[in-house]
Amino acid sequence: MPVRRSRLNFVNLFLWVLGGSILALAAFGAFLTIQQGRLSGDQWQTLIIAGIALGSVYALIALGYTLVYGILFMINFAHGEVFMWGAFTAYFAATALNDAGMMASNPILAFVLVLATAMLVSMLVAVMLERIAYRPLRGAPRLVPLITAIGASLVLQYTARGFYGSGVRAYPDFTLFDGSIELGPVGMTVKQFVVIASAITIMVLLYLFINNTRTGRAMRAVSEDKDVAAMMGINVDRIIVTTFAIGGLLAGAAGILYTLLFNQVHFFMGFLPGIKAFTAAVLGGIGNVIGAALGGLALGILESLGPNLLLTGYGIPAPNQLKDVIAFSVLVLVLIFRPAGFLGRKENV
Amino acid sequence: MDPLMRRAIITGLLGGAAVIHIGLIGMIDAFQSRDTIADVLTLGALLPILIALLIGWRSGGPMRAPHIIPTGRRAVALGALGGGTTGLVITALALFTTTIDVRWILPNASPSLAEELWYGQGTALGSVLVIVVSAAAGAAGAALHVIPGAIARALTVGGITAILVALMEPFVVAVLRNIGLRILEDLFYAQGGLTLIGFVLVFAITAAGTYAWATRGRETRERVAAMPPDRRRTGKLVVYFVLTAFLLLLPQIVGSRLSEVVGTVGLYILLGLGLNIVVGFAGLLDLGYVAFYAVGAYTTAVLTSAASPAFSPELPFFGALPFVVVAAMLIGLMVGTPVLRLRGDYLAIVTLGFGEIARILFLSAWAQPLVGGAQGILSVPPPIPFGRDPQSIYYPILFFCILAAVAAWSLQGSRVGRAWNAMREDESVAEATGINTVKYKLLAFGLGAAFGCISGALFATKIGTVFPVSFDLLVSINALALIILGGMGNIAGVIVGALVLVGLPELLREFSEFRLLIYGVVLVAMMLLRPEGLLPSRSRRAELHEREDTDEQYAETAGEETGRPVVSS
Amino acid sequence: MQKYTRWSAILVVLMLALAACQSGSGSSGDPVTSADPVTSADPVTSADPGESMGTGTGSAADCDADEFGCIELAEGDPLVIGTALVISGANETLGTDSQIGTEVARQFRPKIADHEVEFDHQDDECGPEGGTAAARALVSTENIAAVIGTSCSGAGVPAAEITSAEGILMVSPSNTAPSLTAEDTHEPFYARTAHNDEIQGAAMAQFVCEELGLTTAATIDDGSPYADQLAAVFARQFEEQCDGTITAEEAVSEGQTDFSGVLENIAADAPEFLYFPIFVAEGALITQQAKATAGLDDTILGGADGYFTPDWLDAAGEDAEGHYLSGPDLDFAGDFYADEFLPAYRDIGGLDEPVSVFHAHAYDAYNMIAEAIEEVAFTDGGTTYIPRTALRDAFFATSGYEGITGSLTCNETGDCADARISVSQVTSGAFERIWPDE
Repeated sequence: MPVRRSRLNFVNLFLWVLGGSILALAAFGAFLTIQQGRLSGDQWQTLIIAGIALGSVYALIALGYTLVYGILFMINFAHGEVFMWGAFTAYFAATALNDAGMMASNPILAFVLVLATAMLVSMLVAVMLERIAYRPLRGAPRLVPLITAIGASLVLQYTARGFYGSGVRAYPDFTLFDGSIELGPVGMTVKQFVVIASAITIMVLLYLFINNTRTGRAMRAVSEDKDVAAMMGINVDRIIVTTFAIGGLLAGAAGILYTLLFNQVHFFMGFLPGIKAFTAAVLGGIGNVIGAALGGLALGILESLGPNLLLTGYGIPAPNQLKDVIAFSVLVLVLIFRPAGFLGRKENV
Repeated sequence: MDPLMRRAIITGLLGGAAVIHIGLIGMIDAFQSRDTIADVLTLGALLPILIALLIGWRSGGPMRAPHIIPTGRRAVALGALGGGTTGLVITALALFTTTIDVRWILPNASPSLAEELWYGQGTALGSVLVIVVSAAAGAAGAALHVIPGAIARALTVGGITAILVALMEPFVVAVLRNIGLRILEDLFYAQGGLTLIGFVLVFAITAAGTYAWATRGRETRERVAAMPPDRRRTGKLVVYFVLTAFLLLLPQIVGSRLSEVVGTVGLYILLGLGLNIVVGFAGLLDLGYVAFYAVGAYTTAVLTSAASPAFSPELPFFGALPFVVVAAMLIGLMVGTPVLRLRGDYLAIVTLGFGEIARILFLSAWAQPLVGGAQGILSVPPPIPFGRDPQSIYYPILFFCILAAVAAWSLQGSRVGRAWNAMREDESVAEATGINTVKYKLLAFGLGAAFGCISGALFATKIGTVFPVSFDLLVSINALALIILGGMGNIAGVIVGALVLVGLPELLREFSEFRLLIYGVVLVAMMLLRPEGLLPSRSRRAELHEREDTDEQYAETAGEETGRPVVSS
Repeated sequence: MQKYTRWSAILVVLMLALAACQSGSGSSGDPVTSADPVTSADPVTSADPGESMGTGTGSAADCDADEFGCIELAEGDPLVIGTALVISGANETLGTDSQIGTEVARQFRPKIADHEVEFDHQDDECGPEGGTAAARALVSTENIAAVIGTSCSGAGVPAAEITSAEGILMVSPSNTAPSLTAEDTHEPFYARTAHNDEIQGAAMAQFVCEELGLTTAATIDDGSPYADQLAAVFARQFEEQCDGTITAEEAVSEGQTDFSGVLENIAADAPEFLYFPIFVAEGALITQQAKATAGLDDTILGGADGYFTPDWLDAAGEDAEGHYLSGPDLDFAGDFYADEFLPAYRDIGGLDEPVSVFHAHAYDAYNMIAEAIEEVAFTDGGTTYIPRTALRDAFFATSGYEGITGSLTCNETGDCADARISVSQVTSGAFERIWPDE
């Protein structure tokens, strides 16, 4: 249809020009910054490591989003709150263990218990969400579950606030993870190492699970085509619950890792990481597990490096305030050039 | 066990869980300070009773599978069972808070909560009282199924109205004072709630009225329908005239404080109408609508305020307005263009990003020389010839709301509106039939932006200062929630949504702590029970409910039509 | 469609007509946008403020002459004082703390001019919309005598405008933004007992360059009007007073948790002092992360009253050690504070210790208002009359009032505080006041 093609070609052209100029500006900014040479190589390294650590947390949360999306084609807007509930409830476990002296005497066990609490609570919240808010809406037009998710997110946030209070709570320190370590030329704190290593381990386990177990195969089947999967005898309902549960477990783990890096919990803490993680999932191509992981890492590094790398060159005052602007701009850019995300499947989209 | 009994017990337990929830978040405690019936019933005590009533209603009602309808005494008994179970759970909660101290985790799980739950009686008497009252409430709820439909409806409407009238005490009192009916005020209200007499009167009158309308009303309705057209037209003109007079005189009737509330509602009506065009008409899910609001407010501030940092032309408000609209169109295009090829959830997250980008940019030190950064822009003058006080600013707001409503209405019925409908249903098909989706999408964003920016302009001049903190995601969510609640695509629905979601919380400001929680519950409940909103358009209702039979079967719908973000290239 | 157009047209015409009538009658609601220079106050009005129970002399003529009329209280009527404080949301401890302060004040002084005091508590939501709504609610309360509020400066700006337009005296216990009492932007009926941040920023700058002898510094603010202004004041004073160099003025956003980017950027210039006058959550995280940033090893950290609270100490943990904090000097002279105020506070608020630092300012605000009321109020046939402008004048004439926050004297633009800023240091996990020496 010639008319349509020309219209879209004009739009395409405009978008490419827009995207191209933003990229050019960014590249030039980076060039200027490096030329200025304010930050030393060591400092850049520190920023990159910090970005990878934070990105690992984003990746774990993003996996929850992407798994649910792959099966139900809905954004679980409340996933950030699932993350928050795990971290916040485990705070009480950690405090109790600390008061009982267990953090000092048996730190590894204490850490495992705290981690288990967070993962369990997050899993419960995720499963409850599915059962109460999402299952009745399985067939509805896409806007409806999205609104429900937004509502559920509000309910979870303010219930946490009502139950636990609006103050900021600080986790007792896991002295087990104090100090720093060197991995060859790269130095990082032990906490960062633990976060990155745990996240990688969990993601590898997840990958193996999805590809090698029956349930994993069933999950993939359901995300491919529900009808056929049902016809093959798969209990689709149960698989959906399992997916939410796994997403919850991941978010709970992410919660504890997050509190290792930033030891505060607060009823609103899930909001920003939730949005960022969802951005990461979209960046990588929503519905794609590896994409979510890579997207998370990419976003983390981008956030960490972005302002200093791209903006200080231009002499913009207080560049770090614009951290989120960079993150979202990258999202827009990626979606202009690759509307399905980096690893998104074109035909799925 | 008998399935009905089992359902009653399970529902009762769920009700108990609900009471535990509102107890532990501190709602019961906070609501104790508000009397529903002065000296008799506080709102905090009323809530568990209402929950028990609801549980009873559900327990005594018909069951779908297996299909049984309990009758008469059995229904009431089931209701009592459900309510009583809830009462048991409440007692357990109260016992828990008095014996085990977990206040370091849950600060609201205190003995004072138990005292409130037990109506101030001790453990033994209180427990018995709670269980009895809950069972009675449950029985009453179930009884609604048993008594004739018209009476049940009348009683329900009467009860809800009485409670609402009690809650809206500040509003009604202000109105009564303004029109000089203080005597009524003393008769009906005391200490922030209805007097016992007042409650009974309101309940009785409303119930009787509803019953009369249901039974006798039919004759009146038939007579109205049978009237000749010119009589009917006269009747309509009278209605319009009364409505007009009411709208014009509203600020005088309700007084200054409530005009303020009405003004805020008006701003959100404008926002809702604009978002309605983008989301409701064109089907483009925009979560970053606050960006337009901010642009409108800041443009106005920069152009009219003497304190504008970069350049202050100090235009009068109405002189600056054309520039605001132009800015709106530009921003609409800027936002609309990159998202042309996106759909659904991708569109949502990107627009969300734009909203956040706008807020951060307005706050940033970088843009401070132009828009004042964290300090914002002060001294925005009122819209000459109107003043800034609530009773004056009402008129410009009313004017623009009407303008917007008329514009939206005419768009809806026009070619543009039909093109939007087609696009919303299925974009690929719309393209295939020759509709220039690019043009219509951009038009939707542009118009939506215009409404949003005008609302922002009015906001700036109403408050007089513009701070970036006012433009966060919550505004976008508010706007979205109110068009969802009211009924998407329906102009009257937007107005109703704004009144409920923006007006009511303003009146119940003491409970602002729980406002967002209630929002969330309302959103979820609406989506689960009535996704087409309170006042849906007929086509929308059909759209949303044709899926209802298939909610047991997930297979057919999920994949093809609902969630996938489809890209049109 | 057509009938709607017709209807709307009629409506519009009627509306314009109504508007014309409105502006004709002079909607006195037009608030003062650019403030008049303070002229109406004749600084020496009536009896000296030290006298507590004196009532003014006056007659009905004074009420007519007074631009805003009189507050009229029949015998037995309560005297209503409104409060507009942040009592919900993330900053509720700030407002709740002040509100308890006013309640304590009422407990010690339950009557003013022989009328029982009643409060009308409103929420300013720490923002302009909340401030506007609270102010509107209060000005429409019948016979409201005065307002204690707001908590946050952002809410204070519109609220001051609204109350001043109606001639209602408003005294803030915790607004610190300089613009509220600046020559060209202050409102005539607005005053505050809290310090002006001009003073706090200058005090910190003075401490850093004179006591600590440092010459380079950097600042971080969090985008809130309070932090932004305070950091700017500090930077300006540091450069002017001590010829110091500000190496960076950075900013972060609320809710941010990873500050490595900001800190590395600042570390590149290795300033000797890092000042971040922000709030508890971000303040604690920056404290911890700064200690972990290699380039900031030798940098001394400082903050302000935004996180001068126990929960910051908790959250920052050991990394708080050695941190300097500026804030209102809570080293109150005399025993009243410790012996009587605090127990009453604990009793009324149900808390173990104060959750913020402005409760004493709220207490003083209440009492200063009471003094001013009793000075100008007069009775005539059983009814008490309080002329509004005279009340304002009397308040602004307060001089040398001995409150618990010090000796308060109001200047023409509304700053009444005995602005004593002290600097404390975190030593062994507790705040220790170290400067200035008494």
